[in-house]
Amino acid sequence: MGAGHHHQLYRQGDSPVHRLPPHCKLVAVLAFAVVVVATPRESFWAFGCYALLLAAVAVVARVPLGHVARRMVIEVPFVAFAVAIPFIGMGERTEVLGLSLSVQGLWAAWNILAKASLGVVASILLAATTEPRMILLGAQRLRLPSLLVQIAMFMLRYLDVIVEEMRRMRVARESRGFVARDVRQIPVIARSAGALFIRSYERGERVHLAMLSRGYNGSLPVIHEISGSGRQWVVALALPVTALAVLGASWW
Amino acid sequence: MVVNSLEVRELAYAYPDGTQALFGVDLTIGRGERVALLGPNGAGKTTLVMHLNGILTAGHGLVRVAGTEVRPGTLKEIRQRVGLVFQDPDDQLFMPTVRDDVAFGPANMGVKGEELERRVKNALDRVGMADRADRPPHHLSFGQRRRVAVATVLVMEPEILVLDEPSSNLDPAARRELAEILRSLDVTVLMVTHDLPYALELCERSLILSGGVIAADGPTRSLLADPALLAAHRLELPYGFAIPEGR
Repeated sequence: MGAGHHHQLYRQGDSPVHRLPPHCKLVAVLAFAVVVVATPRESFWAFGCYALLLAAVAVVARVPLGHVARRMVIEVPFVAFAVAIPFIGMGERTEVLGLSLSVQGLWAAWNILAKASLGVVASILLAATTEPRMILLGAQRLRLPSLLVQIAMFMLRYLDVIVEEMRRMRVARESRGFVARDVRQIPVIARSAGALFIRSYERGERVHLAMLSRGYNGSLPVIHEISGSGRQWVVALALPVTALAVLGASWW
Repeated sequence: MVVNSLEVRELAYAYPDGTQALFGVDLTIGRGERVALLGPNGAGKTTLVMHLNGILTAGHGLVRVAGTEVRPGTLKEIRQRVGLVFQDPDDQLFMPTVRDDVAFGPANMGVKGEELERRVKNALDRVGMADRADRPPHHLSFGQRRRVAVATVLVMEPEILVLDEPSSNLDPAARRELAEILRSLDVTVLMVTHDLPYALELCERSLILSGGVIAADGPTRSLLADPALLAAHRLELPYGFAIPEGR
């Protein structure tokens, strides 16, 4: 049976960051991201301070640099987009290493890169220190729309089941001599995807029956009461509040 | 007056597409009995089971659980009293951890805090899975998942436990472990299966559902000893199986 794939983001640990209640961390990361986005792009040193803040969190949480760096790969498509902007940008141009680049475009690229990177690193740190199901409990605690939380929860639970089903279908195809060589094989793959969708849909119906049988009435019951003490909130909010202070200083 | 755990009277049902699945089922199960419902594929076993906790509503006839009739107004109570264990534990275990899954039912009924904790622990103890409470279901073996599925309904303290093909996909050891657990439970059991030796091992009494009606009702031992009866309803003992002399 499929081993857990979705713990790739989480790092087992017992640091002060790991111990914070999930909803406090969610609020902290969200607030931090808002502060970062609100920072004028010209304040280079403010972005430097934000990066230092995140580095401090990583040190306290004992999340190694390599762990964060490897997961930042998810940002690559945005980076590619950002790199393209100075070339296609309009307006005043400048020469860099013999290339003619748009000044406005350079600013825009820097803006996207800096802010997105900070947001991504903050999210990676959240995911590294909080189990996926705890993040969902935090979201439930913060009264996020129940339907969204439930969808995310089922994804978490059934991802491995569906991946395993996909693997079995692939084995079944290949056992009968199928090799995906080029585009001509796409219809076969597409039909497999369709079959997988139907199977998952039917499973969804059976799961719903199982839920009804145990008294499900449209919302998930609160099984774990999670609460944050005043002190925990203070610790969690230290990150966005410090960032806000930096932002304030940059306006002066 | 002795109240029966389950009473089904003249239950008939046709699917929305017009296919008639049940043609008037009558059966009674007394409190504390362990009964097997035998029948070939397509006999209407699953359709019957879906009526027992109101997932399907009777086209004609009625179902009573511990004296309470299954109808829209009593569904909440009925679902608490009828513990349905589905065939595929992956359908039944939908929460991120074993503990959360077992807690799901009682939490829906408004149980919380220490009482919830106690009931979850107790149910997991009864199926020997208390030490796996914090694992995600997909990290368990198939047999363990089925046992947790049993715990998820035991925790509701049901009047009757209904198991759909409990022995399917189990290896011999897991099959025996589940049998030991089912025997140790002090609860009425209706076991839907075509695994005849398993029915003989666990249930004194059996019903044969065939063509949408109850075709036979009697001691498991004597039903299985009647090859003509079994053959008439597409049931067969496995090759080489002989009914052991009285236990």
